[in-house]
Amino acid sequence: MSRRLLFLLPLATLLTMAGFFAWSMVSGRDPASIGSVMVNRPAPPLADVTLGPSGLGGGKPVLVNFFASWCAPCLAEHPLISRLAEREGATVIGVAWKNKPDEARAWLARLGNPYRQLLFDQDGKLALDWGLSGVPETYLVDARGIVRLHYRRAINEHDLKDTILPLLRAGQ
Amino acid sequence: MIPELGHFALILALAVAAVQGSLPLLGAARDDIRLMQLGRYAALTQAFLVILAFLALVEAFVTSDFSVMLVADNSHSAKPLLYKITGVWGNHEGSMLLWALILSLFGAAVAIFGNNLPDTLRARVLAIQALIGVGFLAFILFTSNPFARLAAPPFDGNGLNPLLQDPGLAFHPPILYLGYVGFSVTYSFAIAALLEGRVDVAWARWVRPWTLAAWCFLTLGIALGSWWAYYILGWGGFWFWDPVENASLMPWLAGTALLHSAIVVEKRDALQSWTVLLAILAFSLSLLGTFLVRSGVLTSVHAFAQDPARGMFILAFLLVVTGGGLALYAWRAPQLQPGGLFQPLSREGALILNNLLLCTLAATVLLGTLYPLVLDLVSGDKVSVGPPFFNITFVPVALALFAALCVGPFLSWKRAELWRALARLRAAFAIAVIAMVVTATAIDGRATLAAVAFGFGVWLIAGSLTEFVGRVRQTRRLPPRAMIGMTISHAALGLVVLGAVSTAAWHTELITTLRAGEGVKFGRYIATLGKVEPLKGPNYDAERATIVLTLDGAPFATMTPERRLFTVQQRQIAETSIHTNLLRDLYATLGEGDARHGWTVRLYENPLAPWIWLGAALCALGGFVSLSDRRLRVGAPRRKAQEQPAE
Repeated sequence: MSRRLLFLLPLATLLTMAGFFAWSMVSGRDPASIGSVMVNRPAPPLADVTLGPSGLGGGKPVLVNFFASWCAPCLAEHPLISRLAEREGATVIGVAWKNKPDEARAWLARLGNPYRQLLFDQDGKLALDWGLSGVPETYLVDARGIVRLHYRRAINEHDLKDTILPLLRAGQ
Repeated sequence: MIPELGHFALILALAVAAVQGSLPLLGAARDDIRLMQLGRYAALTQAFLVILAFLALVEAFVTSDFSVMLVADNSHSAKPLLYKITGVWGNHEGSMLLWALILSLFGAAVAIFGNNLPDTLRARVLAIQALIGVGFLAFILFTSNPFARLAAPPFDGNGLNPLLQDPGLAFHPPILYLGYVGFSVTYSFAIAALLEGRVDVAWARWVRPWTLAAWCFLTLGIALGSWWAYYILGWGGFWFWDPVENASLMPWLAGTALLHSAIVVEKRDALQSWTVLLAILAFSLSLLGTFLVRSGVLTSVHAFAQDPARGMFILAFLLVVTGGGLALYAWRAPQLQPGGLFQPLSREGALILNNLLLCTLAATVLLGTLYPLVLDLVSGDKVSVGPPFFNITFVPVALALFAALCVGPFLSWKRAELWRALARLRAAFAIAVIAMVVTATAIDGRATLAAVAFGFGVWLIAGSLTEFVGRVRQTRRLPPRAMIGMTISHAALGLVVLGAVSTAAWHTELITTLRAGEGVKFGRYIATLGKVEPLKGPNYDAERATIVLTLDGAPFATMTPERRLFTVQQRQIAETSIHTNLLRDLYATLGEGDARHGWTVRLYENPLAPWIWLGAALCALGGFVSLSDRRLRVGAPRRKAQEQPAE
């Protein structure tokens, strides 16, 4: 009997593998996503800005948006960031990454500045602490100073409606 | 009109395949010769119809018929003719049609050359082959119709991915598919044998040429893909452990194991159920590769349009083919009667060791490829598995395989004496150790592992040649071609190892910015950037740089790397310039830049790099030489098998 079971082993292996494949396809997993180790951890220091209960958000969630004036997806994302800041009342901190301050300021002067506070990370040190892989990336830090969301791309309408706004409202 | 004819031919082919997949099976079960004979004619008809469909698609591409969606999406009127034709399989739908074409051609080949097979076996093989065809043709017709028309045809097409517009890649898919799909015949033979309940010496002889042919093509296909990656991606590397490369390596490893275990079945009537399992696995791993590339389960450089519906179809197909095969195996294989007995230390034992190591390698690659997927689903952690994993898991097992490889052929069947075999390898062993010590001390004291691996490469060549020379001396004439082929392939593997190790461990790399006229020291050479001039290609604009390398003040080589901007897709491709003397490659690529700031230039000197592909080609050549052996010729075995059922 045990000999028979041995001959069933290849089939069992296949079925297990196929289960994983099917699961992977129906779960809507994005294989290109590299995930983030920042989520559910305390937000790293952000220059002299304090986050958390007694920080800039004043007990409300804060968005941290890394951008650069030379980055096309940032340009595309800008209206959504502006909408968050102006219409939805979110506190957004902007970090200009590997960007000359005057170029970043000129860019914001032209398009409008949605940021409560603007920081410059010309040498990329903040980006290292925050685990950035490029721009644009957006973090949502909750009222207790814990990172809740990390987008490694430009945010879109769906992210705003389905994920960001509910979290912002829940935090108020 | 012609695309519709192609579409119709494909539908007919599906119907014919359905007939071919059912009636001959019935005939074999009832011993009805007319139903069994039907399989042959159906196989030929099916191949004819799929050829028609394929030609219809080629016609649409060659005449740039942009009312066909596939042509509009993947071709362009300004493309050179060669790439219009190769564009046929440079996309998902067309490449699936190529799969189906090769599948039906293999079926037809069995129908034509399989005259020596018993009627029932041939009927069953053809039926299984047709059932695989039903799956593929249905997949194409229901999810990936290459002949779909556009209501409003565009004036011109979107063009082919520029990375694919390259002679190396033009022939990589067809040859690779000849390998992948070739294993379908092996699979069909295995299933047919399980249905018959008989795996014997004759069966091993019949199945071996098909396996060997598929293996040769797969070897060539993988080598072409690696060569393409080497010179078009412009990173100087030749193997990246990308999921798709791994997907082609796994069936190769399983196929290599199968080639060796089939010898044991043929010579000693042992290992039957294991060999049948390998035959099922070799093709299943080919299908798994197809699934991984096209389902979007893993990311890879091979970006075919990914569609979950297609993924599910292929997964279901994989389950039916592999699951069906393995279920039949679990049911029937325990009844196979093991034959010849042997001591652990014998030629049989050595071939089992070969199989264990090759299967360990295949399992390692499978684990590394699927681990990120499994971990993501189980714990949500994202990891990527790359060269560090494979270097510490794959390489040691491969080295063990290489160590044993040269000893095996010296062992006799049934029972052997290890010390006597090793004694005959003394000289080869000494040469390998010397090579190891010399590379460790003279070339590079730090890369110990590389020096060891280099020694193994020398060992493979020296050991294989020792065996060959010993055989010639003993018999005073040239060994049979099967043996010559074995020596060539084994020694060629040594060349691949030497090339891969040298390139990986001892290459010189320089990335710098140069203005026109500026020079830089690169290894033993001085590299000077000459002019960078614009150039107009058929469907691209390019910048071509002239880089002159001088050695001790004398001009040594002129390299002309290009950076091509494909106007239709607005994509830039680096065209590498390679200067080779077969002992090393000088390799240059041109990056971004302009006259004021200078251009980014990458230079590599890769010692022994050409040996990687030269070795792989020789390895396949060894297979073809072996295939030409009279004993293995498809027409020959029946008489032989009757004369001497076992040796």
